[in-house]
Amino acid sequence: MLEVKDLKTYFYIREGTLRAVDGLSYSVKKGEFVALVGESACGKSVSALSIMRLIPYPPGIIVGGEIIFEGRDLLKLSEEEMRSIRGNRIAMVFQEPMTSLNPVLTVGRQIAESLELHRGMAKEEARVEAGKLLKLVGIPDAERRLEDYPYQFSGGMQQRIMIAMALSCNPVLLIADEPTTSVDVTVQAQLMELLNNLRSQFHMSVILITHNLGLVARYADRVNVMYAGRLVESGLTDTIYSHPHHPYTVGLITSVPRLDLPRQRPLYVIPGLPPDLTRLSPNICAFAPRCRFAISKCTEQRPELEQIGDEHWVACFRHKEIPELTAMECEQ
Amino acid sequence: MRTDGYLVEVKNLVKYFPLLAGVMRRKIADIKAVDGVSFGVKQGEVVGLVGESGCGKTTVGRCILRLYDITAGNIYFQGKDITNIEGEELRRLRRDMQLIFQDPYASLDPRMTIGDIIGEPLLVHGLAQDKEYKQKVAELLELVELEPRMAVRYPHEFSGGQRQRIGIARALATRPKFIVCDEPVSALDVSIQAQVIKLLKQLREELGLTYLFIAHDLSVVRYISDRVVVMYLGKIVESAESEDLYNKPLHPYTQALLSAVPIPCPEVDRQRTRILLVGDVPSPLFPPRGCRFHTRCRLAKAECREKEPELKNVGDEHQVACHLV
Repeated sequence: MLEVKDLKTYFYIREGTLRAVDGLSYSVKKGEFVALVGESACGKSVSALSIMRLIPYPPGIIVGGEIIFEGRDLLKLSEEEMRSIRGNRIAMVFQEPMTSLNPVLTVGRQIAESLELHRGMAKEEARVEAGKLLKLVGIPDAERRLEDYPYQFSGGMQQRIMIAMALSCNPVLLIADEPTTSVDVTVQAQLMELLNNLRSQFHMSVILITHNLGLVARYADRVNVMYAGRLVESGLTDTIYSHPHHPYTVGLITSVPRLDLPRQRPLYVIPGLPPDLTRLSPNICAFAPRCRFAISKCTEQRPELEQIGDEHWVACFRHKEIPELTAMECEQ
Repeated sequence: MRTDGYLVEVKNLVKYFPLLAGVMRRKIADIKAVDGVSFGVKQGEVVGLVGESGCGKTTVGRCILRLYDITAGNIYFQGKDITNIEGEELRRLRRDMQLIFQDPYASLDPRMTIGDIIGEPLLVHGLAQDKEYKQKVAELLELVELEPRMAVRYPHEFSGGQRQRIGIARALATRPKFIVCDEPVSALDVSIQAQVIKLLKQLREELGLTYLFIAHDLSVVRYISDRVVVMYLGKIVESAESEDLYNKPLHPYTQALLSAVPIPCPEVDRQRTRILLVGDVPSPLFPPRGCRFHTRCRLAKAECREKEPELKNVGDEHQVACHLV
């Protein structure tokens, strides 16, 4: 349904060219729950904004690639055509609900607005529909609360309102960018359950952008691991967690403490810092400086994604040896 | 002198913040941030304090450090009541108790070099003179695995993880006995989080430190703490040895909190029972009567709405405040 091919989004800033996304490819099937995982500044949010064509220009620009959505390349559409897709066929939920909601309009008005705009509803009709949507996302006493302003809701409730707005036009693809980062764990659990239930109810596809590996394990069908603007590994969730083949994926999974394992288990630590994307050479493996298994080839050439199993891709020269090498490392 | 082996102990700690309103800024109500909390931290132990936003965990930490004037209760340090000490005595106490902040961006003065930031406590407490001073700053930097030559740089030149190391070095400057770590890793990326957790663990072993580790991430708290105290709306709901708390949580809130944390392993996570809480945490302005958790508790009975449960011992240093246990 969605196919991102060799996407490149660069930012031309004072310090040079920042290659936020540099040759990213992945696809999303109908009804699939796909996770895009990585640490800050790995390009995961920029890649989502690129799909929505919401990259601020200047300094940002999509310099190459294709984004095929329902048979059309989104990058070739006019701004007007794009507007009929954005918010309509593809919707997005952001991290900070309070900065996305208008503080001086009632939530009812804000939801109704998109219904009037995208679905051409009359005012009264839109209002009724807005009430239904609020109820759908689990806001108690929905009808009455249409009159309330965003500040009168808690963070979790605000995020529910954002989800209601995103759903207002029955999108086929929902991009959720760190939707639960600013809320507490018990509220996070509520929101994720809601999102997952709505997905199956409306046969939507979901792209979840997150750094939380637990959420990914619980909800995603497929995982795409990003590092420095590119995919380093991609595969079905079970495969990625049980047989990771990229040293960065292994590092991510084993560097978080787990509730179910004995406390004494030492954490695996990935040394060093993520690279400066303005200085990164495109001709090496970006992870090589932090990789314990890097060989000379890793600093001479950039590894490309290679299929190593059923729906499993990895970009590492030593991928065959990695499971064994890291297992030894973890035991020590 | 008291002799129950606690380095730090709080008894019936209460902290209300006044809610002011109107032109005259009159007090119209109390925000009951901490409402009767008692626990102790033994020498060399790491106690984790967990709970969701607004549960009062940060306030407890700051009360212990005497950064807030408390409303009621007592705080003991090395057996001595420090609830009301002042002046020189309090200044001397500050040497022994330090704080590591959550936000490594907001807690370092952008106009000071990191050498000055780390060295300031030494000067304030008169712990080092000219020559010695430079030497000590260099040692502190090495202790947190930064290079001594970085002392002349400014905070903006460092990444989040490195800044957190600088904050740790500053806290260690006075050779404290007790450190309150307030969400020390929650602002950091996963790979950097692991680095800082490892460092905190190492320092504890090398320097024989005692931590109060405040955080909302249960997996991190369990990993680093020997004992965990769970708070909800200004009260302790459960407290136990780390392994115990996770293997047999007794309070319905602890159970829900644990089940809300997904385990990054799909096979294991699928097997777990999930308890979804309804609604949000009520406001600490008007906490519910009876058990404060009853509004969200799936097991609540009539008694829970009327009577507040006491924190009672259920063996093995395991305490829980629930009528149903």
